[in-house]
Amino acid sequence: MSTKGANLKSDWHLIGSSMRKIEGLAKSTGRAVYTDDVTFPGMLHGKILRSPHPHARIVAIDTSRAEQLDGVQAVITGRDLPIQYGIIPWTPDEYPLCVDRVRYIGDGVAAVAAVDEDTANEALALIEVEYEELPAFFDPHDAERADGSTPYVHDARKDGWNGNITKMVKLEFGDIEGGMDSADVVVEGDYFFEGTTHAPIEPHCAIGQWDGVGKLTVWSATQVPHYLHRELARVLELDQAQVRVRQPLVGGAFGGKSEPFDLEFCVAKLAMMTGRPVKILYTREEVFYSHRGRHPFHMHYRTGATADGRLTSVDAKILLDGGAYASFGLVTTYYSGQLLCAPYDMPAYRFDSTRVYTNKPACGPKRGHGSVQPRFAFEVQIDKLAEHVELDPIEFRRRNFIGEHTKTVNELRVTSNGFLECLSSVEAASGWSEKFRNMPFGRGIGIAGSTYISGTNYPIYPNEMPQSAVQMQIDRSGRVAVFSGASEIGQGCDSVVAYIAAEELGVPLEWVRVLRGDTDFTPVDLGAYSSRVTFMLGNAAIDAATRLKKLVQSSVAKAWDVKPSEVLLAGGAALWAHDTGRQMSIVEAFHLAEAEHGTLGATGWYNTPKDVHGEYRGGTIGASPAYSFTSHVAEVEVDIDTGFVDVKKIWIAHDCGRALNPVLVEGQMEGSAYMGAAEAIMEEHVFKDGDHGRAGLHNAPSLLDYRIPTSLDTPELQSLIVESIDPEGPYGAKEAGEGPLHPSIPAIANAIYDAIGVRMDRLPFTPPNVWRAIQRAREAGTLAKPSAPANATANPPLSETVQAD
Amino acid sequence: MSKTTSIARLRVNGDLREVGVPTHYTLLETLRYVLALTGTKQGCDKGDCGACTVIVDGAPTLSCLTPVWEAEDRDIITVEGLAGPDGPHPLQDEFDLNGAAQCGFCTPGILCSAAALLARTSSPTRNEIQEALAGNLCRCTGYAKIYDAVESAGRRLSVSKEATG
Repeated sequence: MSTKGANLKSDWHLIGSSMRKIEGLAKSTGRAVYTDDVTFPGMLHGKILRSPHPHARIVAIDTSRAEQLDGVQAVITGRDLPIQYGIIPWTPDEYPLCVDRVRYIGDGVAAVAAVDEDTANEALALIEVEYEELPAFFDPHDAERADGSTPYVHDARKDGWNGNITKMVKLEFGDIEGGMDSADVVVEGDYFFEGTTHAPIEPHCAIGQWDGVGKLTVWSATQVPHYLHRELARVLELDQAQVRVRQPLVGGAFGGKSEPFDLEFCVAKLAMMTGRPVKILYTREEVFYSHRGRHPFHMHYRTGATADGRLTSVDAKILLDGGAYASFGLVTTYYSGQLLCAPYDMPAYRFDSTRVYTNKPACGPKRGHGSVQPRFAFEVQIDKLAEHVELDPIEFRRRNFIGEHTKTVNELRVTSNGFLECLSSVEAASGWSEKFRNMPFGRGIGIAGSTYISGTNYPIYPNEMPQSAVQMQIDRSGRVAVFSGASEIGQGCDSVVAYIAAEELGVPLEWVRVLRGDTDFTPVDLGAYSSRVTFMLGNAAIDAATRLKKLVQSSVAKAWDVKPSEVLLAGGAALWAHDTGRQMSIVEAFHLAEAEHGTLGATGWYNTPKDVHGEYRGGTIGASPAYSFTSHVAEVEVDIDTGFVDVKKIWIAHDCGRALNPVLVEGQMEGSAYMGAAEAIMEEHVFKDGDHGRAGLHNAPSLLDYRIPTSLDTPELQSLIVESIDPEGPYGAKEAGEGPLHPSIPAIANAIYDAIGVRMDRLPFTPPNVWRAIQRAREAGTLAKPSAPANATANPPLSETVQAD
Repeated sequence: MSKTTSIARLRVNGDLREVGVPTHYTLLETLRYVLALTGTKQGCDKGDCGACTVIVDGAPTLSCLTPVWEAEDRDIITVEGLAGPDGPHPLQDEFDLNGAAQCGFCTPGILCSAAALLARTSSPTRNEIQEALAGNLCRCTGYAKIYDAVESAGRRLSVSKEATG
């Protein structure tokens, strides 16, 4: 798995260059197959009946009329699937269909399978459910304060406990109050991050097929086929060997398909009952209600710094609004604090985070899981601190750079770190020094930085096995077959294994075939989450390919009577390093190797380092083999009459370690920055409050009303790739899929401040919210271009505590 | 629900097809479920996302909002009909080369909108491209690589037009 000795770019023919994706033309010609494109003879269509109440007891369900409808083949309720599931093994709190209680508008209570979609819908209308409505919790503060006088969202695990609490985490590193005391300035502020959702263009879809004698196959648009495999077996009470999960191409996910969903269990059960294939495709409205998107965070930060701009202490208190179920909430609660400790050195750090249940669709992981919200707050805090100590905010960030090959205050091991280069890249490209505090009123520029994990060192369920593996075999035609269990959700992981196979084995890229997404035939990869795939799958692929390469090199070396290390495999040939005129076709080389060593196949794998975190409870969460670093500069224009924020451009510098294919890396950077900008200025996943429609009803469950940016709304994006060459990444690569989202939001907030002198501490920066903030500033007389920072060294130290609004 | 089926006569990608469909079917349902042309995608089924866009008589059209009878006797081009016997449409090739398709689910609809644009003008301005694609939501790319692909395809089309005179 070592990449030592292969770190010179000139060593490679393909890695580092712009290449096509192996499924690219299939996608652009309509041949690519997604789950809803799969059909079978005799296939039934399923539909799920959903609760109209945010919180209610199920008193009775009568399915008899639905069962009698012509064309209906099966009807199930929660009693048919009585085992709870959940992505985190310690918090299974969901039933495939509710058994005795519904917890949000949209919770599933029954499902039908019928000959077609229309009949299934007709059958749902015939199911009679008697509910006893219960008081509901919508505000996380109310949920946290609840005293048990009305039923909690979930039953308390112990007498006297608050059943609305999913998880509390309180961790403290260093001397918090000492750090505050030694600070020359302490900035304190409240921040709010509104919830947002993933909105992949492909709705969730699943198909169940039962062979009648003990084998279940489920096709699903999932990011986590391996975890789905395990949970299907457990809930359906089958042996894991009886279950096969197949994953067609996934039409976008962003974290929204990274745990099991009700439809997967329902199609399986309905298929087992009817003996016929059953498909369920979510409506767009169901996608919004199934959610698992970004948690709303209520955050309070207190941050100290010295007069020369060094952080002394950071203290955070966070309330997470989790919605009706745990989902990944245990991890989200840890991530809300654990991932803040780079790229800046902080001598003391504390966070106190609580996740509560509320009667709304469950929140979960969305791109930048749990760390986008605190990053917003913290990067605005830094902007305020820089202003108080009269330092340029880029210089402030430089001064607090944590360095490379170091440890964070919460004891996470950091290896490569290109953050300083990220800062200088966006500084130069954006024309920062001419623009900052220097553009006309209404026009502004802002900076922010961030870090993110390249996968997690510990899998979701405890085990010591590899996190990712691939198998490769070489055909006598020279074609290379790669079996990969990784989840292709558009990020390009199937292509990454193909690039690596082609690079190492010297075959043209077109000769590599990737067989994927099938738990019966591909080795385990844990899924497309936590930005783990390129790092882990890439290392596994290098491992497999180099095993094969050695066999080929040794056979060719023997034929030529040279050293194996002198045999190069490249461009469809084996060549002698000392005289590349001496060569044979790669097919001939493979034949020599097969004749000598037998059929050419190899398995490669990767597992994470396990000893690079603190020895405290929760110390493993946030531990990653490598961290990516990002910096953005955003430029905005604010219309003070309407509150409309026009994000003109975002410059994105991202340290991805090594760009294996720069086109794909830029695509991740641009897509991330777009998504962050959307959360900053447009998106809000909110619910009616009872005064304006039914309480708990989704405010905008459509792609028209939940506003995501069109081509006309999206800012200009410029990608600036930074390569720090990570010592453990494949060819030095780290993640690029989630890190580059983080700084968009605070960079835009800081740019708004630069434009009009108004701090936006609550998301989103929609016209009504910005307009109201402008009115407040106008009344306070603070609506003006902020003044430029003086030379830092010339400033007297500040000693007062500054209370931000 | 009482269902009435009727015969719809459609000209899809140059083929004349007569199919029996429930009369309430949309063009999208007919393409996907009856003709098995699954390249055209359903993202929202209510005209918000543009994934179902096909070209009807030269104009990009939301097939999920088009009753099938409204498409009768008109020229329908889907993503499967963009490629010719000589290979993929330059747009399809450039989408691949430029990384303009990540998950690829919005891609068929975007290609149809872009193909209709390039049929009008092979050298659109960036703003014309943005206007032409404003009805197609992409959640992966931030649109940047899509613009590059459309511009490159336009240049290739201009050159081939000049070449063929």
